[in-house]
Amino acid sequence: MSRRDDGSPFAPHTPAETAAMLDVVGAETEADLFDVPDEVAFDGEFGIPTRDERTVVTDLADTLGRNDDLTEFLGRGHYGHYVPAVVDDLSSRSEFLTSYTQYQPEITQGFLQALFEYQSMLVDLTGLPVANCSMYDAATGLAEAALLADRVRETTGSTLLVPEDLRDGKRGTLDNYVDGAGLTVETYPYDDANVDVDALSERLDGDVCLVYAENPTVTGAIEESLDAVGDLAADHDALFCLGTDPVALGLLREPAAVGADVVVGEAGSLGLPTSYGMGVGLFACRESYLRQVPGRLVGASEDADGRRAFTLTLQTREQHIRKERATSNICTNQAWVALRVAMHLAWLGPRGLADLAEDCVRNARELAADLDDIGGVTAPLADRHHFREFVVRTDRPAPAVADDLRGRGFAVHTLDDHRLQVCVTDLNAGETDEFVDAFEGAA
Amino acid sequence: MNYDQARYGDDERNEPLLSEKRAAEVDPGEGSALPDELTRDSLELPAPSEPELARHYTRLSQMNWSVDSGPYPLGSCTMKYNPTFTETVAADPNAAVHPDRDPETVQGTLELLYGLQEYLADIGGMDAVTLQPPAGAAGEFTGITVAKAYHERNGNDRSEVIVPASAHGTNFATAAMAGYDVVELPSGEDGRVDVEALEAAVSDDTAALMLTNPNTVGLFERDIVEIADIVHRAGGLLYYDGANLNALLGRARPGDMGFDIMHYNVHKTFATPHGGGGPGAGPVGVVSELAEFLPRPRVREADDGDYELFDPARSIGKVHGFAGNWLVLVKAYAYIHRLGDEGLLDASAKAVLNANYLAERVAFDVPYGPFHHEFAATAGDRDAADVAKAMLDYGVHPPTTKWPEMVPEAMLTEPTEAESRASLDDLAAAFNAAAADSEGALADAPRKTAARRIDQTSAARDPRLSWHALADAGSTADE
Repeated sequence: MSRRDDGSPFAPHTPAETAAMLDVVGAETEADLFDVPDEVAFDGEFGIPTRDERTVVTDLADTLGRNDDLTEFLGRGHYGHYVPAVVDDLSSRSEFLTSYTQYQPEITQGFLQALFEYQSMLVDLTGLPVANCSMYDAATGLAEAALLADRVRETTGSTLLVPEDLRDGKRGTLDNYVDGAGLTVETYPYDDANVDVDALSERLDGDVCLVYAENPTVTGAIEESLDAVGDLAADHDALFCLGTDPVALGLLREPAAVGADVVVGEAGSLGLPTSYGMGVGLFACRESYLRQVPGRLVGASEDADGRRAFTLTLQTREQHIRKERATSNICTNQAWVALRVAMHLAWLGPRGLADLAEDCVRNARELAADLDDIGGVTAPLADRHHFREFVVRTDRPAPAVADDLRGRGFAVHTLDDHRLQVCVTDLNAGETDEFVDAFEGAA
Repeated sequence: MNYDQARYGDDERNEPLLSEKRAAEVDPGEGSALPDELTRDSLELPAPSEPELARHYTRLSQMNWSVDSGPYPLGSCTMKYNPTFTETVAADPNAAVHPDRDPETVQGTLELLYGLQEYLADIGGMDAVTLQPPAGAAGEFTGITVAKAYHERNGNDRSEVIVPASAHGTNFATAAMAGYDVVELPSGEDGRVDVEALEAAVSDDTAALMLTNPNTVGLFERDIVEIADIVHRAGGLLYYDGANLNALLGRARPGDMGFDIMHYNVHKTFATPHGGGGPGAGPVGVVSELAEFLPRPRVREADDGDYELFDPARSIGKVHGFAGNWLVLVKAYAYIHRLGDEGLLDASAKAVLNANYLAERVAFDVPYGPFHHEFAATAGDRDAADVAKAMLDYGVHPPTTKWPEMVPEAMLTEPTEAESRASLDDLAAAFNAAAADSEGALADAPRKTAARRIDQTSAARDPRLSWHALADAGSTADE
C-alpha cells in the first residue's frame, strides 16, 4: 500500500515515486508544473480538514440523521416505489457505475446494449418508435419537447399550451428553456381535474405548436379526454405532447393510441428510491422527428466480423459535432438511472408492471374512501379515477391539518387553505390504517 | 498488458437482448378497476426470471470498460477513481426523502446542501452557489440565463456570446439555446486566447465570454486578467466552464481570475461516478452581484441555526423540476469532506504531474505547453481514431480523439491523479505499441474487445433504435 499521511487518499503516489516522476519531467517540485501567474494564484485555505473514511461516513450519517423520520404520502411528480435488491446490486457493478459515455463502442457494448434495451422498453410502453437514452427529468424533457416542436417542419407558430395546473418546477423550467427560442407559454383550464376540452378548443389557433397534457395529472386524476386533445392538436398542426410515467403506462392507454406525437415524463418512478427530486426524463416520439431528437440515441449495427453490435448514433444532432446548431446542449444525461429503470422494468415484466399500476388505482381509491368517511373531509375532491394520489378537501384549514399530521409522523402536500394532496404507493400502502387514524385525529 | 474483453454470444451476436430471452404479453385492462376505455389492451415486455436477469446484466457489465477496469484517460472528462464510500453515504435511508417535505423536517438534507454550497463557493472563489443544474451543460445554460437576466435587468439588450474555437461543443449549443448569436474566437498561435482578436470581437453586443481554464489542451490562459478586463470593459460577463477545474484545486480560483459565473462538474472534479453518461451535477457559482438571479430555491442558514429555503430576489426560476441530482450532490459533498484542503491540493498536483509524466513517455508529439492536467498529442500522419482503436487491444481506454481541432489528429489525454506510475507506464506502452503498429494492423483493430470495429455509417444511415426495428428480434409472447 502506498498510504500517505497527507494528500489525496485516491492518488497512489509514494513520495519516492513522486520524486522519480518529477525527475522524468524535469521539475523540482509539483508547484513548478503550474503555469499560473502570481497575480491570480491562490495562497489561502478553504479550512476543510482532511478526514478519514470512517469519520466522513459517521459525520454524514449524523447529518442525514437530522432528517425527521416521517412516513411520506407525497407525490406530485416524484414517486417512490419499492426497488428490488437485484436492481441495486446489478446497477452498482462498477463496470456500469464507473464508465463514461460510450465514445468507444467496441469496448462498451454492455452499457450500449442496456441502453438499447431501455429505449426498446420505452417503445413497448409508449407505442412510439423512437426513444432516447434519457433527459435529466420530466421538466427538462417537456422543455426539450417544446423546442423540438419549434424545430420540426410539421408545425408553425410559437405558442405552447400547457395545463393551468402544472407543477411549478415544470412550468419554470419550460419558461427558461423556450425563452431563447422566442416561444410563448400559455395555459388552458381544467374542468374537475381533467382537460376542459371546450376551453382548450377555444385557445387553439394556428400559432400553437404544441399542446401538453398529462395522464395522470399532477393531482393524480386519470385523464379521460386524451383522444379529443390529440384530435384538437392534430387539427391545428400542433404536436401533442403527453406527460406520464412508466408505471402509469403499465395500465393506462398507450400514448400512440391517443395520438401522442411526443411522450415525456418521470421514469425515475421505477429504479430509484425517493431521491429529493432526482429522476430521469423519458423521451419518446414519432419517427419523422428522428433527426430533431435531443439527447443520445443507441442504434444497432454490425462489427467487422458481421456480428450485431451497438453504438451511439445520429451524433450529428449533438453538441460535440454540431455545436450551436445542435438539437440540444445536453451531454451528460441520466444513463445510469435509465439502466436502473430498465432493470426494474425487466424484473417486473408486463404482469408485474400491470399489477403495480393496478395497485396504484385501487390503493388510491381505497384510501380516498377511508378519508372521505371522516367528518369534514372530502376525498377525492375530483369526481375522477385516480392514480396513486388525489386531492383532499378539509373543512379545518389544510395547513393546520398538515401540521397535525406531521406531529403524528406523516407528511402530505398542502395545496392551499383547504386542500391537501395525498399519494399512496407500495411503499406506504401498509401504513394507510395508521394514516387514516391520524387523519381522523388531525381533521 | 495482456487483455481480452469478455464476450458472450455466438457468431451472429453477443449476449441476446432481453426480448430475445423471454418476453410476455398481458392485457392490463382485464380485471382492472378502471373502465375499459381508460386502459390499454395489451402490454408486451421482457419477462426474465430474476436469475436470468442477474446473469444478463452481469454479462453486459463484463462487456463494458470502466475506471475500475483500467485507465480511462479521456481528455476533458476527468475519469478519476470514484471512491466507493460515497456510495455508502448516498445509500443512507435518511437520504431517501421527498423534495416536497417541509424544510423543517429535512434539516439534514438542507444542512448538507448548504455545506456543499459553501464548499463550492470557497473552492471556486465565488459568492453564491446553486446546486440545481443536473449536469455541466445544464450548469452552462443556468449561468448564461443568469447573465441574460442580469443584462436585461440593466436595460441592456445584448445579442452575442463569444466562445473560443477550442471550447467544448456544449458552450456553443448553450449560447444558442439561450437565444444568443455565437461569435467564435480563433485560437492564438500559442494555443491560448488571442487577446487582440478578443479586443476586436467584443462590443456592446457582448453578453459573455465563455472560457475554459486551463483550456482544452491544458494551457493556462496567462492573460486571464487582461481578458477579464476586456470583457468587463465592454460590459460583458466572464463565464468559467468548470470542466478542467481538476487542474487548479487550491492553487487558483476562477473568482480570483475575474470570472463572474462558473459551473462545477462534480462528476469530474469531485469524483462522483459518471454512470456511463450521467447522472452528473453542474452547480453554478456567481459573484455577489449576480446572486439575486440564481434559480430558486437556494438554502441558507437562518438566525436560529436552522436551514431554510429561500427564493433569490430576481431569480431566473427553475432549471430542473426539483432540486437537481441530489444523490450525486451527496457523493460530491462526501468526497470534499474526506479530502479537505490537503487532499484537494494534492489531487490537482498529482493530476498535473501525471499528465506531464505521461506526455514524456508517449511517442507522439505534444505541440503546445506547458500543459496542466491534460495534453493534446498529435497522431501526426496517423488517423487518431485508428490509433485509439488499436489502444483498445492493449487493455486501456484511449484518449479523446480528433478534438480539439487546433491540434491535427488530436489525442486529448487526461490521466487524472488516480493512475499510479506503473499504470501510466502501461498506458504509455499502449500508446507506443499503437504508434508502432502497421497501417494494416491499425485498420484491423480492435480484435480483443467484445465487438470489433463497428460500422458507424450504416448505423446512422439506417437507424435501428429498438428491438422492434431488428428483423431478428426473436421470440414474442409466450403467456
